[in-house]
Amino acid sequence: MKLTLKIWRQKNAQDKGGIVEYPIDGIEPDMSFLEMLDVLNEGLINKGEEPVAFDHDCREGICGMCSLFINGEAHGPDRGVTTCQLHMRMFKDGDTIFIEPFRAKAFPVIKDLVVDRSSFDRIQHAGGFISVNTSGNTIDANAIPVPKDDADKSFDAAACIGCGACVATCKNSSAMLFVSAKVSQYALLPQGKVEATDRVLNMVHQMDLEGFGNCTNTGACEVECPKGISLENIARMNREYLAASLKG
Amino acid sequence: MAQSAQLNASILKKVAMALSGIFLITFLALHVSLNFISIISEDVFNEASHFMGYNPLIQYVMQPILAFGVIFHFIMGFILTAQNSAARPIAYAKYNGAANASWSSRNMIISGLVILAFLGLHFYDFWFPEVAYKYIAGTAPDATRYYGELVHKFHDPIRTGLYCVAFVLLGFHLWHGFASSLQSMGMHNKYSRFLSKVGYWFAVVVPALFIIIALFHHFKQ
Repeated sequence: MKLTLKIWRQKNAQDKGGIVEYPIDGIEPDMSFLEMLDVLNEGLINKGEEPVAFDHDCREGICGMCSLFINGEAHGPDRGVTTCQLHMRMFKDGDTIFIEPFRAKAFPVIKDLVVDRSSFDRIQHAGGFISVNTSGNTIDANAIPVPKDDADKSFDAAACIGCGACVATCKNSSAMLFVSAKVSQYALLPQGKVEATDRVLNMVHQMDLEGFGNCTNTGACEVECPKGISLENIARMNREYLAASLKG
Repeated sequence: MAQSAQLNASILKKVAMALSGIFLITFLALHVSLNFISIISEDVFNEASHFMGYNPLIQYVMQPILAFGVIFHFIMGFILTAQNSAARPIAYAKYNGAANASWSSRNMIISGLVILAFLGLHFYDFWFPEVAYKYIAGTAPDATRYYGELVHKFHDPIRTGLYCVAFVLLGFHLWHGFASSLQSMGMHNKYSRFLSKVGYWFAVVVPALFIIIALFHHFKQ
């Protein structure tokens, strides 16, 4: 395959940055998108040019590290996959592909396609946990009965890998899907209910401080989420927040 | 330490937006019902309009609440849009919004601005003359004038066309707004799915009825 890549290049956080065009040849349809970028970088290094910086880690679709906004969509045109699981067979020979970093005020660009997603970490630190006594008296979680439906929904919410595709794709740069998944995975379990009020108030407060936009329920986040996190979680977080507002 | 809930929290803002939206949806249902009477019976329409125009509860309690609801909904819409724009200071070179969200959900501000412009025309046509008639000129009540005033406004094809365009945009606004308000208030179950379908019907039927009423009076002349 012969392609034209239009890639966002930015030297550092202070640099203005811009789109740079790279023609590339010899791409196999069965290559992953990141392998295609590896080929590009190999060529750039051989020519003595700076390779394109991009995030990646497991390349198995589970770590949430890879990002990229490809042809106007987070993680590209495929559904239910991260960028590392996107394959070049989704594109046609001769295509022009735009590759940009995830864009949000709360996700500042560090270099090229790499963005700082530590705002998600700070939201997690604000309440995305349960406080457990680890002195040796910890009760086995399996000793507490949990309704199957609640356990399933909690597990589904916990499948969120925090990649930030929801923020990147939302026209408002809202982080509601991510935060709601983290609130839901605990709110549905008996162990999480103890701190439910503080959790939702603290996490939403931190989310607002980080400068994410407001959710307007377009549903784009759910469509682009590589883990299929449901909008149901946002509704649950809204209920949790309203209930917590009356208490807190 | 727990944060207290704050009135400017993003979730409370969207709930406030949803509540004001549902209030306005209720008003729309009442408005279209009253207007529809005009194509059934001139006398009943005059009677109903006179009741709405001179009932103290409606004039001095419901009307100010309605005005507050409309103003609040618009101002909050502008504030949220400005905040959302600020949340992405650098736009994407290529953004394929149509791949994952409906046009109506992505363009609520556009349909909202068209509705706002329409409200300006609507107030110019009906509300300002009504205020002038009752409170400035101090004219004695006339329970037979309403039908004639309504029909007269739809004589002009351009005005009738503008009304119809605004009603189409109202339909787009309702298409997303109705279901979105339920989601904002935390409803996401079998009842909300049914209510969302009701919302889609509402978004089609109510603007369609407004258009039918406008065209009926235009072509009847």
